Amino acid sequence: MAEEWQGILEKIDDYRWLLPKKEGMRVPGLIYANEKLLRHIRMDRTPLQVSNVAYLPGIVGKSMAMPDIHWGYGFAIGGVAGMDVASGGVISPGGVGYDINCGVRLLRTNLKEEEVRPKLRDLISTLFVNIPSGVGSTGRIRISSQEVMEVMEKGSQWAIRRGYGAHEDALHTEEKGSMEGADATKASQRALERGREQLGTLGAGNHFLEIQVVEEIYDQGTAKVFGIFPGQITVMIHTGSRGLGYQICDDYLRVMGNAVRKYNISLPDRQLACAPVDSEEGQNYLKAMRCAANYAWANRQCIMHWTRETFEKVLKVSPKDLGMVLVYDVAHNIGKIEEHFIEGKKKTLCVHRKGATRAFPAGHPDLPADYSQVGQPVIIPGTMGSNSYVLVGTDRAMQETWGSTCHGAGRVMSRTQALSRVRGQELQRELGEKGIVIQAKGYKTLAEEAPSSYKNVDEVVDVCHNAGISKKVAKTRPIGVIKG
Amino acid sequence: MKRFEVIDHTADMGIRVYGKDLAELFVNAAYGMASLITDLKKVKAKESKNISLEAENREELLVSWLNEIIFLFASQRMLFSKFEVSEIDEKHIRARIFGEEFDPRKHQIDTEFKAATYHELKISEVKEGKSYLPSGPLQAEVIFDI
Repeated sequence: MAEEWQGILEKIDDYRWLLPKKEGMRVPGLIYANEKLLRHIRMDRTPLQVSNVAYLPGIVGKSMAMPDIHWGYGFAIGGVAGMDVASGGVISPGGVGYDINCGVRLLRTNLKEEEVRPKLRDLISTLFVNIPSGVGSTGRIRISSQEVMEVMEKGSQWAIRRGYGAHEDALHTEEKGSMEGADATKASQRALERGREQLGTLGAGNHFLEIQVVEEIYDQGTAKVFGIFPGQITVMIHTGSRGLGYQICDDYLRVMGNAVRKYNISLPDRQLACAPVDSEEGQNYLKAMRCAANYAWANRQCIMHWTRETFEKVLKVSPKDLGMVLVYDVAHNIGKIEEHFIEGKKKTLCVHRKGATRAFPAGHPDLPADYSQVGQPVIIPGTMGSNSYVLVGTDRAMQETWGSTCHGAGRVMSRTQALSRVRGQELQRELGEKGIVIQAKGYKTLAEEAPSSYKNVDEVVDVCHNAGISKKVAKTRPIGVIKG
Repeated sequence: MKRFEVIDHTADMGIRVYGKDLAELFVNAAYGMASLITDLKKVKAKESKNISLEAENREELLVSWLNEIIFLFASQRMLFSKFEVSEIDEKHIRARIFGEEFDPRKHQIDTEFKAATYHELKISEVKEGKSYLPSGPLQAEVIFDI
């Protein structure tokens, strides 16, 4: 491992640390963390990456790091940066990540734990069959390149039209699951090729599907609006845009490499390659990125549909009795053109959220009508086998973080370290002792993704809650997991 | 001689590769990555593909080369175990790579590589007197997103 980062961080309060501006940085950095998480962050050298992002043209406010931040390539994972479009602000594919619109959705049900427990093993093994997972997994949906283009431009709407779910699902999805301004002709033939076979697949790595139980409610009123109650069974789906997104990111990193030379942008790291939002390169990337985002929403929509079917069949319940409703779906790797206020003036920003979740407050026009009084649900997956959270967006987030908060637990242990410390089979047994049924394609991924490789999600969420950039609504614990 | 070693990285995985020249460096990089995808002893050199790539500089060429191999697995489900570079300079590579189609009964995939990244990417000449290096006057470090 590299050496610990020794630079100066000024304490603002118990949860905020300022990374002062130094030469080359256009704005200061701001890290949300408590002292314990900050130790990990320093060891990981992440503050260096936070300061690198502050070099990018047009960045305004601060280069921000959420408490789950960890070392990534170029941008750290857990970073938020807003660029002012009117003053030459840039868009950077590295600030979104390879897995464009990696995200999570949470489904609620009318079921309680005791109704599911007796059939849990059956449910997990049937889900494992019905939802393709694993490295390079291919899906049950085979579509032509022409239709892939439609998925890319329409997202969840394509899926719903094809019978995967209902209109209401789209209303409870960020961007209604169908981001405007997507243009499939801006994606390469290679991206289409990779997208053709992987729709409706979970993939591998940290992606999962979990059956959970609502363990604790922190905010009764908001939980009620979200339809969440103690002891309730919920399902969480965590996946993204698969190979199509990786290809679009890679293709445009190459384009941006040339753009950096063309627009004479100087960068501390090649992976930060970018172009002005208003340039042809910037616009083309945005149009292609939105395609991958839509593909990811369609992907999670299809997986949700098969989850509903599986529950109905295994538990022999009607759709009405099951009541499997989408609470919300959020992206946590995405770039958005959004309106924000800076010193009272409305500005159009290009907000990069890489390993960060949108957290819009009550009353924001982008919220669905039924959540408008309370704010946007923020779904925070724990790591496989640990607790997950439902939070809600706040005004403070809107003022400080361009309406953003954390996205999960964040790694603290490298994969090779994890492998040597936790063996997959042992982990499966340990989780089994806690009453968690797990089915995975490979023991290796299982070990790599062991909960001990990650920061404590409870702590990460508490920092966001205490800092006021989102508020805790409910906590869930897993009882069944499928993984690639 | 050591051809490559794994770099430990919190979120992702990287390799440090050695080679006596650019051709060997590229071969070893591909071999290093391929051996992290699956056990190469089980990948027979049954079929081959010709690869021809261009880039602005040798670092970008290396990323394109590795991503080509990732793409061929993702799109055509091909695994490769043998790599031959016929022509290479700072901006071009022509190569032939050998392998076989992925067979889930025979091959276990250890790691899904999303892409080779440009992060802290460097190919450097090893100056004389630095004989601690296992081999080669060239070394490269590549971080993958996995």
